Amino acid sequence: MSRLIQRKEEEKRSLDSMMSTDDIIRDREELSEQIRALKELQQMALAYGFDISGPARNAREAVQWLYLGYLAAVKEQNGAAMSLGRTSTFLDIYFERDLDSGALTETQAQEIVDDFVIKLRIVRFLRTPEYDELFAGDPTWVTESIGGVGDDGRPLVTKTSFRFLQTLYNLGPAPEPNLTIWYSPRLPEAFRSFAAKVAIDTSSIQFESDEIMRRAWGDDGAIACCVSPMLIGKQMQFFGARANLAKCLLYAINGGRDEISGDQIGPKTTPVQGDILEFDEVLGKFDAMMDWLAGVYVNAMNAIHYMHDKYAYERVEMALHDYAPLRTMAFGLAGLSVVADSLSAIRYAKVRVVRDTTGLVTDYQIEGDFPQFGNNDNRVDQLASWVVTTFMSKLRKYPTYRNALHTQSVLTITSNVVYGKNTGNTPDGRRRGEPFAPGANPMHGRDKRGIHASAASVAKIPYRDAADGISLTATLVPEGLGRVLQDRINNLRNMLDAFFSVTGYHMNVNVLNRETLLDAMDHPEKYPSLTIRVSGYAVNFVRLSREQQMDVINRTFHGQ
Amino acid sequence: MSNLEQAQQTPLEARSPYELRVNLGRDVPESDVRMALSTGEMGFLHSFTSGSAVDGPGMRVVAWTSGCQFRCLYCHNPDTWTMTNGIPVTLARASEELRKYRHGLKIMSGGFTLSGGEPLMQDRFAVKLLSAARAMGIHTALDTNGSLGSRLSDGELEEIDLILLDIKSWDSERHKKLTGMDIASVLDFARRLSARKRPIWLRFVLVPRMTDDAETVTQVARFAAALGNVHRVDVLPFHQMGRFKWKELNLKYSLQDVQPPTPEVVAGACARFRTEGLNVF
Repeated sequence: MSRLIQRKEEEKRSLDSMMSTDDIIRDREELSEQIRALKELQQMALAYGFDISGPARNAREAVQWLYLGYLAAVKEQNGAAMSLGRTSTFLDIYFERDLDSGALTETQAQEIVDDFVIKLRIVRFLRTPEYDELFAGDPTWVTESIGGVGDDGRPLVTKTSFRFLQTLYNLGPAPEPNLTIWYSPRLPEAFRSFAAKVAIDTSSIQFESDEIMRRAWGDDGAIACCVSPMLIGKQMQFFGARANLAKCLLYAINGGRDEISGDQIGPKTTPVQGDILEFDEVLGKFDAMMDWLAGVYVNAMNAIHYMHDKYAYERVEMALHDYAPLRTMAFGLAGLSVVADSLSAIRYAKVRVVRDTTGLVTDYQIEGDFPQFGNNDNRVDQLASWVVTTFMSKLRKYPTYRNALHTQSVLTITSNVVYGKNTGNTPDGRRRGEPFAPGANPMHGRDKRGIHASAASVAKIPYRDAADGISLTATLVPEGLGRVLQDRINNLRNMLDAFFSVTGYHMNVNVLNRETLLDAMDHPEKYPSLTIRVSGYAVNFVRLSREQQMDVINRTFHGQ
Repeated sequence: MSNLEQAQQTPLEARSPYELRVNLGRDVPESDVRMALSTGEMGFLHSFTSGSAVDGPGMRVVAWTSGCQFRCLYCHNPDTWTMTNGIPVTLARASEELRKYRHGLKIMSGGFTLSGGEPLMQDRFAVKLLSAARAMGIHTALDTNGSLGSRLSDGELEEIDLILLDIKSWDSERHKKLTGMDIASVLDFARRLSARKRPIWLRFVLVPRMTDDAETVTQVARFAAALGNVHRVDVLPFHQMGRFKWKELNLKYSLQDVQPPTPEVVAGACARFRTEGLNVF
């Protein structure tokens, strides 16, 4: 800690000779705050009886120091989302030395990791009730990155990577910490197989493409939030919400009026005129409405993060980062598959509008078949990619707070239910109030060609225009992966190899059956720790609302 | 648009796992059906899926043909019995669709399985589609009841990496009662595959009171073991997921109230196969 404080003081001194512009003054103030926070962190550690001014001398101390740093950061933010890093790779050297010297046995090493994980799991008790109400299912996004490959080709898998995964057996499955495998077909087979087995047994881990993230950002990265890759200690993100593009499409059709209230919300434009939706006309209006929405979104994010820095600056968290980190501003979009299928219906089938007495389009009648997202059909998959790329290019046109780099994710966690609830009938045949598919998933039940086709459609979404992550939740029943456990492990591992050897970015793997979930809805007491993955992280199923539970259940059970 | 063109644009996938597909190829003129059967340039498919883990090794793309000469009492897809229930699909369209998956299938050590119905009811189409898959470097499997095996030449057998052979029963009389057809040609095909050293995964459906007696299971197991080319046996417990299809097709379903075999019965059958030295799942 002394070294860190010294380094921060050097960073601050390096600003002494610079002109006192707004930016430099703010940086100086922030660095002063960071130094103060580090001293407070030292003090907090002393209160627990630990002097962390020097480096950790063994594995136990390394884990303890790490935990204290994490605790300080998360306490300062009232238990808000806070990721961990790729600590399983870096802690290992301490464990190895202690094992070599006989200071620790393997059982003791595992126990230290188990204890650490217990601490991470109870972080949620720091949170305020308001926070709990907003985020269902216990997520605290204590995301720990595991595995990956170095730039030099060495796997970053260590024994401690295995130890972290083993906690799911020792302590039982749980949503937190959010264990995230940086997956590459180049990782050792034993690790890939073990990760596949853990996914099958616990449904509590997620997989992200090490190949894509390493090439984009470097090999010293970890996940912030749910699926966002960034360089450790050198990068941070301003994040916030999603743009409901399905509603944006409806606004385009209705000239900026809300399809439910009828109020003028967006800019007043000409609504569609005819009774049959014309593809080119709708596309043009949608394009213009996205322009407006992107502006509203960037504006809001700028204001929020300006105020957050001003009144709730994350002193400890940023003290553990280098000066002048690369800042990204992570936008998000919701309803991608609804929009893609709607555009496809308009283009390939005949969509007739239904207007109410005020001329507001409130419903759609579809005649004929149309290709649907999730079936590996380029006619519609390209429309999905177009939406992502187009909205991203619009976001980029608006300047961001602190010149952050624009990124976006196609990720909804559980908010796809809320966005769906507040969105009227859509031209793809989705009914008012029906949930959107989570993340980049195809709409429930429309991906009819199996998981390979479904994953192939999602893998086509271009990462360059969704650099904050593209989430696919694959829900499989055990039988769908093979008749016996060994087959299931091999098949899941091979499936992950295939997905991540092309342009697949992220996959949640839920392996369960419908009966289990229905039973859990009626008898939550029997399943206190039933964890399922919902794009980006794992949630505790029995703590979801009934509506969210039904949403999970109604998703296609591939292979049934 | 002609009926035929319209039919050819029908989605290859069912609307839901529970969709009954009937009469989709009804409007195909008889001359075209004949042409399809003789050249194999067109076939009738009931549906297809990707990512199946239970139709051969690895994760596979599976296409189900329509048309079957068996009338198994426990069939869970009676809507595949009639060929023109399926969608007419040109060989080119089927191959093009398959091509999209070849990269993933290779990485997944998976492949393509042609199932049915009985694919060899459309043997020319089956051979051409499997050969096309193999030419793309995709592992090929044919899921068949075997009774039309003589329609495949020795050379054509070489184009199929794996035969998933369903042996329904043992005793000739009971096989006839169970499937409506004789068992002799099935066993002949199995012996021919053995002589030509073509690998088999044997599939045996365990139906209570029809195929679960010790005698039947033991005889099938001995026969399979003697073949020498049976790499794996899948004992498939009977289930009732197809019951609704019989009802909706107005077919008389004699297994209405039959319960799936108990885990003990399944384990017992597996043990009998294992006793003969077979690899059983």
